[in-house]
Amino acid sequence: MAVTDTSPGWLGKSIKRKEDDRFIAGRGNYIEDINLPAMLHMAILRSPYAHARINGIDASAASALPGVVAVVTGELLAQHKLAWMPTLSGDTQAVLATDKVRFQGQEVACVIAEDRYVAHDALELIEVDYEPLPAVVDPFAALDDGAPLIRDDKDGQTDNRIYHWEAGDAEATERAFAEADRVVTVNTHYPRSHPAPLECCGCVADVNPASSRATIYMTSQAPHAIRTVFALVAGLPEQNIQVISPDIGGGFGNKVPVYPGYVVATAASLLIGRPVKWIEDRTGNLISTGFARDFHMKGELALTNDGRMLGLRVKMLSDQGYAYADAQPSKLKAGLFHIVTGSYDMPAAHVITDGAYTNKAPGGVAYRCSFRVTEASFLIERLVQSAAYDLGIDPVELRRKNFIRSDQFPYTSATGFVYDSGDYEGALDLALEKARYSELRAEQAELRKEGKLIGIGIASMTEALGAGPSRDYDILGIKMFDSAELRVHPTGKAILKLGVRHQGQGHETTFAQIVAHELGIPPDDILVHEGDTDNTPYGLGTYASRSTPVAGAAAAMVARKLRDKSKKIAAHLLEVAEEDLEWEIGKFSVKGAPDRSKTIQEIAFAAYTDHPPGMEAGLEGAHYYDPPNLTFPFATYIVVVEVDAETGEWKPRQVVAVDDCGVRINPMIVEGQIMGGLTEGFAMSAMQQITFDEDGNCIGANFMDYLLPTAWETPHFDLYETCTPSPHHPIGCKGVGESATVGSPAAFVNAVVDAVAHLGVRDVDMPVTSGAVWEAIQAVKGTG
Amino acid sequence: MHRSITVTVNGQSRTAEVEPRMLLVYFLREVLDLRGVHVGCDTTSCGVCAVLLDGVPVKSCTMFAVQADGRSLTTVEGLASNGQKHAVQEGFKEEHGLQCGFCTPAMMLVASALLEENANPSESEIRWAISGNLCRCTGYQNIVKAVQHAAATLNPQPASGRTT
Repeated sequence: MAVTDTSPGWLGKSIKRKEDDRFIAGRGNYIEDINLPAMLHMAILRSPYAHARINGIDASAASALPGVVAVVTGELLAQHKLAWMPTLSGDTQAVLATDKVRFQGQEVACVIAEDRYVAHDALELIEVDYEPLPAVVDPFAALDDGAPLIRDDKDGQTDNRIYHWEAGDAEATERAFAEADRVVTVNTHYPRSHPAPLECCGCVADVNPASSRATIYMTSQAPHAIRTVFALVAGLPEQNIQVISPDIGGGFGNKVPVYPGYVVATAASLLIGRPVKWIEDRTGNLISTGFARDFHMKGELALTNDGRMLGLRVKMLSDQGYAYADAQPSKLKAGLFHIVTGSYDMPAAHVITDGAYTNKAPGGVAYRCSFRVTEASFLIERLVQSAAYDLGIDPVELRRKNFIRSDQFPYTSATGFVYDSGDYEGALDLALEKARYSELRAEQAELRKEGKLIGIGIASMTEALGAGPSRDYDILGIKMFDSAELRVHPTGKAILKLGVRHQGQGHETTFAQIVAHELGIPPDDILVHEGDTDNTPYGLGTYASRSTPVAGAAAAMVARKLRDKSKKIAAHLLEVAEEDLEWEIGKFSVKGAPDRSKTIQEIAFAAYTDHPPGMEAGLEGAHYYDPPNLTFPFATYIVVVEVDAETGEWKPRQVVAVDDCGVRINPMIVEGQIMGGLTEGFAMSAMQQITFDEDGNCIGANFMDYLLPTAWETPHFDLYETCTPSPHHPIGCKGVGESATVGSPAAFVNAVVDAVAHLGVRDVDMPVTSGAVWEAIQAVKGTG
Repeated sequence: MHRSITVTVNGQSRTAEVEPRMLLVYFLREVLDLRGVHVGCDTTSCGVCAVLLDGVPVKSCTMFAVQADGRSLTTVEGLASNGQKHAVQEGFKEEHGLQCGFCTPAMMLVASALLEENANPSESEIRWAISGNLCRCTGYQNIVKAVQHAAATLNPQPASGRTT
């Protein structure tokens, strides 16, 4: 369905991926494939309790087991001031528990042994004397007076509140509500989810006692930032730390934070003087590493009777777990949640959010999203549908009436975002046409007469991604630019080095295409290198769909720098003035004499063999790109579902996606990203959820309880596009990897609600299980 | 405590001493150095550890190496022959059936086993056959197309892609 093709050149071409050959041969190089001489293996002992005091740990039997080299406890780490570490949001998190455990699955001790099996055997020999404490599971109860204090380790922390934060204009919003004809409310919980990449986390830490050099292979989406954190936390000189992210088996935000396993393995390697390998198991991954979402939200939309939106008021509570560890890059406590006004020209908005500690794993990662846009997009799209029902008008018409119009861009939202570009009606119209919307509505009415239910759900999503302008976005103070280094070798082949690190997004192909487009060197002649802090420029990493908006821009800009130098060399070679030359992809030729030209390959050779006097040799450069703004991709998703009113069972019948991410570099890869995103949107709306019982036991710490969609449940997707370039990106791109995950859950839920709306149902919380649908139907029957 | 086992892996006979509790996946990865088989969940749920045992897909994270004694195994390393990619490998590349690549070796092995017994599977048959293998990146649609691509290569007539 891809229509982008900006021939000539390499943009808009669905070339096959350069990285595929090694993966289809089984020759990917993932963390578990890294083995070093004399390497030891580490296993982690986890707490069975959600909240308990540790009265003592007896590791003597474990230490005595043949093959065990060391047992590391929090007490040992505390002697080296490593028992606690900072989170990405500036809170603290235990590396290994010392005083208390504060969630089920918390890291308590680590065994380092000669082999993996012995390390796990030894875990069972460690005796921990726990004194169970009442667990705080409900975030609302956590804020009650007298709730057990979770972070009693923190000076001055007297309750479980982490933050209170407001955005927008409270007074203007109050006025809007006072003037409104009606107010529509949605109360919902965006459930705790987990990115669950198929490869768990892991590392091989190799601290060489002779050179004091630490080489840490790890599953990190952000190796440079991690290295800086390691340098700051461990006090190691940064030049002596090399972080290498080998091939990563999926990340989705889960592999952004620093986890205790990485720190203990590195500390153990330092203390023992041998490489230490830690490979997380699935339960460890699900129970302890970065979760996502878990927002309790109340949204109120003020409208006139003819459907004009006047204002939006949101109050929400975030269940953060025992540490505030949001992987969010802004100075705003709730990340980018305040894009909650979505695609609509909302005159006023006010957002209040609170964060609470609970006895759950820390996290709050940007799971295939820019931090918290997923919850924001869901809330406004659910509100719009509810409002349409209340007003008795079609959800399409309500959207149309309130969209930000194409001529309003750049558009400043009520909460302060400056949207770069958009054509929301264009995407909506195409989706309606492809889904045959009016026929669907007629079919829905006909089927209802036969007692059969279908529902049509729409989401017209706009989001913000591409962090970011460094004035607004940083991680622990490190500004969120990104970088590219490009060297064209004498033979005209090139290497492009980037500060980001892909996990399947196709950078080795896409970024080669960018350089190919700018310089005319074919993508096959360009090696893209990422994930090695010694050999790539500094960058903030790959997550939140920022690689193309930021690193992709850096790649284009450094290629342009080299093109500028190439022009000087070409002028020298052709013995003409620079202004007499013109560029077409791949060569400079003399204006009016096109047969007099030099290809980029000839110019590259000359850069090392015949460069102009006074010019530096070589054809190489670097660019650090600080984007002037975020990019604002948008989409309309239409989902059609069939619902069985007797059982509540539902399944998608049709999914139409119209995405606009600006210029598409490789449409095949973009569509792959969108289909992956839609699948995760379906997964969150239909099944993914991590819950806890009243004692704080985690339900969902394995793939038998935490359900992921297989090929059997996953629907077929029909993809279409519109193209509204970003005006500030060098080649007009916006990010895309997360868009469908951000926008589609509301379409799935809206569809199920739409199927039963005529019965009076207005809401079903995610995950929308058949039981939840059945209960929602029974509830409205009960109220008659 | 160790036991000697002999297995035929990708056509070659291999003999090794293993602990009885060693899982097949670690035998393949660590003893035979076949790294294309992966571990994703430890509970037979995700399928990234799938290999073919006498031509039939099994999840090697819940099978002991000693249980494979005397049997024949195929891993991703055995899919290509004489330097030529297997049709499913070509299909996965041509149809963008992989992103991070972690589920890919097992997915391709299961697909190849399907095509051995059903030369022209429908979309529904393909989705059912791979439903024991999770993928978090692709949404499966291009994997289905990749298998159809391979079917068309292996069995040009009749045309593949009949509907469900």
